Amino acid sequence: MRSLRTYAILYLIFLYAPIALLPIFAFNDATIIAFPLSGFTTQWFTELPQIPALIDSVKNSLYIAVITAILSTILGICAARAAAKYTFRFKRPIMGFIMVPLVLPEIIVAVSLLVILLQLGLSLGAWTVIMGHVLICTPFCIAILNSAFQNLDPAMEEAAIDLGETPWSTFRLVTLPLVSPAIISALLISFTISLDEFIIAFFLTGTEPTLPVYLWSQLRFPARIPVVMALGTILVAGSILLLILAEMMRRRGLRRAGLQDKGGFL
Amino acid sequence: MTALIDLKNVNKYYGDYHALRGINLEIAQGEFFSLLGPSGCGKTTLLRTIAGFEDPSDGTLHIAGTDMKGVPANARPTNMVFQSYAIFPHLTVAENVGFGLRKSSLSKSEKMKSVEDALEMVGLKGFGGRAAHALSGGQRQRVALARALILKPKVLLLDEPLSALDKKLREQMQSELRRLQRQVGITFILVTHDQEEALIMSDRVAVMFEGEIAQLADPQTLYKRPLSRKVGDFIGVMNFLPATVKNATAIELDVAGLGLVTIAPDQAPSTAKTGTAEVGIRPEMMSILFDGEPDRGTIAEGTIKDRAYYGDMTYYDVHLKNVVQPITISMKNIIGRPVLDIGDTARVSWDARSLVLFSD
Repeated sequence: MRSLRTYAILYLIFLYAPIALLPIFAFNDATIIAFPLSGFTTQWFTELPQIPALIDSVKNSLYIAVITAILSTILGICAARAAAKYTFRFKRPIMGFIMVPLVLPEIIVAVSLLVILLQLGLSLGAWTVIMGHVLICTPFCIAILNSAFQNLDPAMEEAAIDLGETPWSTFRLVTLPLVSPAIISALLISFTISLDEFIIAFFLTGTEPTLPVYLWSQLRFPARIPVVMALGTILVAGSILLLILAEMMRRRGLRRAGLQDKGGFL
Repeated sequence: MTALIDLKNVNKYYGDYHALRGINLEIAQGEFFSLLGPSGCGKTTLLRTIAGFEDPSDGTLHIAGTDMKGVPANARPTNMVFQSYAIFPHLTVAENVGFGLRKSSLSKSEKMKSVEDALEMVGLKGFGGRAAHALSGGQRQRVALARALILKPKVLLLDEPLSALDKKLREQMQSELRRLQRQVGITFILVTHDQEEALIMSDRVAVMFEGEIAQLADPQTLYKRPLSRKVGDFIGVMNFLPATVKNATAIELDVAGLGLVTIAPDQAPSTAKTGTAEVGIRPEMMSILFDGEPDRGTIAEGTIKDRAYYGDMTYYDVHLKNVVQPITISMKNIIGRPVLDIGDTARVSWDARSLVLFSD
């Protein structure tokens, strides 16, 4: 029991110490990333908005992340709804194969997409990155939305139809409101995944880099590293915030539907 | 007068599974009708077929003279109270109750009036503003009732509406449902597996086994004159004794332990023929004679094998002479009547009118 606790603590340190270093050096008054710290500064944060290429990459990344989140959540809703409501031939293998990108190495997805896109003669850009991101984000959305749709009492939809609603208005008035917390949670998680994703973006981005790709290119210039640290701090803070928001939404949804929390995605 | 609901030869298959087998059923306007049976007997499938959530594989269903073939659930003059109540948790009580009025042409104030009336009818006056997910089980049940009745359907379908409530609340809701049904005059069709509930509440009961209606009768006939051993066994407690039919026209029987009896035609199936058969007798249709109590016809001798004391009643298992199976006799514990012990001898009094002959 005691050794298990020590192990857990060591594990958490290993997991989070590098991330904890990020804000420490982001506020350190030196261009060399090393201890001892020399002093406190917010200089790196004020320098951030003065780099046009960086601003462009942030805009590009946000654009890709928003569209990816919307597309993969819509696809996720369709798949989760179909899985919960209908029985059809080869349902299990189909659902299984849809979920595979969850464990597929991203490098494989990235390389194969690149080959196909080049074969088709399509030019690389934001939309090709979106394509790749939707592919890896959709399984996450399905995983989140599936439990929400499975938990939905089928009598809810029948009750609305019984009271004179059409299938579509039932979906709008009853189904969507009841699964909306899961939808918001799916949007936030796919947004976060897309925003942070590097490998697919690196292969498919063309001439307009996304933020992670831009950051990687800046590592060659030691003077830029503290700025990268500052940006990383903002990204980590933002990601944590979004994930907390997503989990809060999921729990609120369970409470509202009067269900027991059976352990969620996080 | 034509029936409000008319099912003719309705069958339902799920793949190879035959869920409804040739159902023929007529239900009149204003009737409180129950579908009673063990789980998996097809009673809920039949209810959902009437509601429009299941399509019959063949056969016809008419409601108020209109063929319901191709008429979706949202266009039928039926409303349903679901087993889980299916109260929309994201809406208030008033929004739930008024849900069905969304498409009606009533003005906003008329709708509000209508919702208030419906809430008052089910005893939830002033609850309109509450969040639906904060209600208790009994309150949810009432909201579900108000929501289904607000559209003034021709038929209200109730799918085991009381099974989730505790005993006290269930008994209270049973009498309240009956009162409500008389007040609104709407045909109620109740699905239940609780035979007591069906007897208490219904004008008529259809007992279903394995997708078929085994007997369709009013509660008293169902209890006193079950058509088959299976129905008699399912409804209440019944003793079964082997018998031999000596004469099928005069209906003369030799019942194990009781001897020769002649019964009336309504106590036997019309198909009765000579040979071995079985008779059924209810525990309260026999009595143990105590000192000084007048007998009710014939006497049989026996010994007490077991007893269960219920306070107001005592149930005795009595061994009759020459009968292997003990029979159950219930006795009311009235003033001056002792409770017998195991091993005591008992004089059992019974009457030919209390027997039912089964030929199956």
